[in-house]
Amino acid sequence: MPESLFYFIQQLLNGLTVGSTYALIAIGYTMVYGIIGMINFAHGEVYMIGSYIAFTAIAALALFGIEFLPLLIIGAFIVSMIVTSAYGYSIERVAYRPLRGGNRLIPLISAIGMSIFLQNLVRLAQGSRDIAMPTLITGGVSIGPEDAFNANLSYMQMIIFAVTLITMTLLTLFITRSRMGRACRACAEDLKMTNLLGINTNGIIALTFVIGAALAAVAGVLLGMYYGVINPYIGFMAGLKAFTAAVLGGIGSIPGAVLGGLLLGVTEAMTAGYFSSEYKDVVAFSLLILVLLFRPSGILGRPEVEKV
Amino acid sequence: MMIQNLKPAVISAVVVVVLTGLLMGVRLEQLGTGLTVTGAGPDVYWKIAAAAAFMFFFNLFRDHLSALWKALPGMPKTPTTLSDAAEKPLVRRLFWCFLIAAALIWPFMANRGGTDLATLVLIYIMLGLGLNIVVGLAGLLDLGYVGFYAVGAYSYALLAMYFGVGFWTGLIAAGCMAALFGFLLGFPVLRLRGDYLAIVTLGFGEIIRILLNNMTWLTNGPNGIGGIPKPTLFGLEFSRRASEGMQSFHDFVGISYDSSHRVIFLYLLALLLVLITLFVINRLLRMPIGRAWEALREDEIACRSLGINPTAIKLNAFTIGATFAGFAGCFFAARQGFISPESFTFIESAIILAIVVLGGMGSQVGVILAAIIMTVLPEMAREFNEYRMLLFGLMMVLMMIWRPQGLLPMKRPHMELRT
Repeated sequence: MPESLFYFIQQLLNGLTVGSTYALIAIGYTMVYGIIGMINFAHGEVYMIGSYIAFTAIAALALFGIEFLPLLIIGAFIVSMIVTSAYGYSIERVAYRPLRGGNRLIPLISAIGMSIFLQNLVRLAQGSRDIAMPTLITGGVSIGPEDAFNANLSYMQMIIFAVTLITMTLLTLFITRSRMGRACRACAEDLKMTNLLGINTNGIIALTFVIGAALAAVAGVLLGMYYGVINPYIGFMAGLKAFTAAVLGGIGSIPGAVLGGLLLGVTEAMTAGYFSSEYKDVVAFSLLILVLLFRPSGILGRPEVEKV
Repeated sequence: MMIQNLKPAVISAVVVVVLTGLLMGVRLEQLGTGLTVTGAGPDVYWKIAAAAAFMFFFNLFRDHLSALWKALPGMPKTPTTLSDAAEKPLVRRLFWCFLIAAALIWPFMANRGGTDLATLVLIYIMLGLGLNIVVGLAGLLDLGYVGFYAVGAYSYALLAMYFGVGFWTGLIAAGCMAALFGFLLGFPVLRLRGDYLAIVTLGFGEIIRILLNNMTWLTNGPNGIGGIPKPTLFGLEFSRRASEGMQSFHDFVGISYDSSHRVIFLYLLALLLVLITLFVINRLLRMPIGRAWEALREDEIACRSLGINPTAIKLNAFTIGATFAGFAGCFFAARQGFISPESFTFIESAIILAIVVLGGMGSQVGVILAAIIMTVLPEMAREFNEYRMLLFGLMMVLMMIWRPQGLLPMKRPHMELRT
């Protein structure tokens, strides 16, 4: 087997790993956009906060003498999801609900303000330096020959794939099977009509923000453990990337967000692997501009008709 | 009434505790290679408790508070005669004359620091006015405005470094380069809806910064470019010793050298650029193109049905806005003498946007006022420097909730029918 094939497989695996976390964050954008047609600009910061809470939770649990790894990680997930849910809810209440129904630019600007506020809140509370965590999960399986160059799939990457898959399945079940999921879909179709039919649309909108935030927390925990380093500024880029992923797949569509995330992750990894890692962000944004140019509704999105 | 408010009150208090408890109440500490947590200290706990209590009582007595708020006498309205007078052309002209006169006298009254600060204000006014065309008049949210600023600054710096181009040629070149970039970026993306546009321009701003950082062979990467020549006045330099073949200002006029001359000259130059910007934009506003911008902002579909080509009009706004950013960038590079990609981050875009929003979208007096507030306030409140960005973000949110039209919203001359 040629070496270059394994190199390719390695890049593909790395890309899919990062891509699946992008997909998790992108779902938050896509769900909010699907229902109220606005971009939740502060979503990237929610992801960053999720990472911080996860680190705090793991360190605190370790302080209480809990050494059992699965318990640590599950604890981090639960705590981080609860806290970011509160953030998602508060962002909706403060920066979106009072502004609904006006000029579209106004909530966007207030969300930018919210994003700056949250980023600096974390900076003031936790300091702006990098915080590193020792790797919790080591090892992996190698694909290919033992003695020559081979691709390596680490256990951490496996966990990321597994958790993403489980989360996506649960979300799909929730959206398609549950009563509230049906209400969500109804809101995405027609908010006013759904309200007339006696559904608490305010509650549903808040719920979408909460679900998005919780998924961002999942991504935050996973990426935090994968990279091992966080700082208050990681949310900005991650939010931008996830938004790109959401647009790539077709904003408003959940399978689209997943597809877009994976595609973006792989594109980035390939750029980094074959070209230069400095330019991977440039390639990601150029991809966004290209997609918007030739297919503004994204890969799986429905073309939007502007109404008077 | 209070009983039914009890539940939301308790919920909001709990939410506050959840929000702040782990994020602020606990600090992550690096311990060797490991990680540990410590409590943040009693004062932080007290603050959290106070915030929770505040939210609890606020929600509990919300109905009473809103009743009280309504009962308060409203803001005294400006008497109609005064606001009528303010709209008279003569009064407006006098006001502008006064403003310009005050700006002209300023450097001779203030000390060196004051003049320097005022120059910075003028740069922000120029940027704000440029972005005002795009955001305030044409209604296109551009979050990558700093990208054009960077293009302008680097155009001049690179031309000066490689070809020894002077400031005045550089100024024109920088404006042209920024316009070209605006045109090239606007061409594909302006067909998009508003919020897509915001993100694409944001991405563009980042691309520019990343490119400047990584094209080390051209731009010197993160180390930046230094030794950018200062502006000259008809070939006269403002330095103690003129470089070869040049004459310095103090020799020419026959006065002794004073380093404050240069500061004042830079200030006056910035003032000139701002006045030109103001003049051009005011003329544009009265031309069909300016009216088309505003019409487009109000209702794109109606515009299209009236035979206005939205893409062409938007492209115009975008390109002209970018040009002014290019001018500002060139002046910035010449004033600093050193530029690096550090100066062109997203936060800079956000500050310029905040100036436009705070001033009142579309309003030029508003932009000037907001630029002064946004630049001078942080200088005055140095001890709050740490909280500057926090308060800045908060202000953007609160402004959008309470006064989305800005401090001094733009007023079109109009007549009202009186019954």
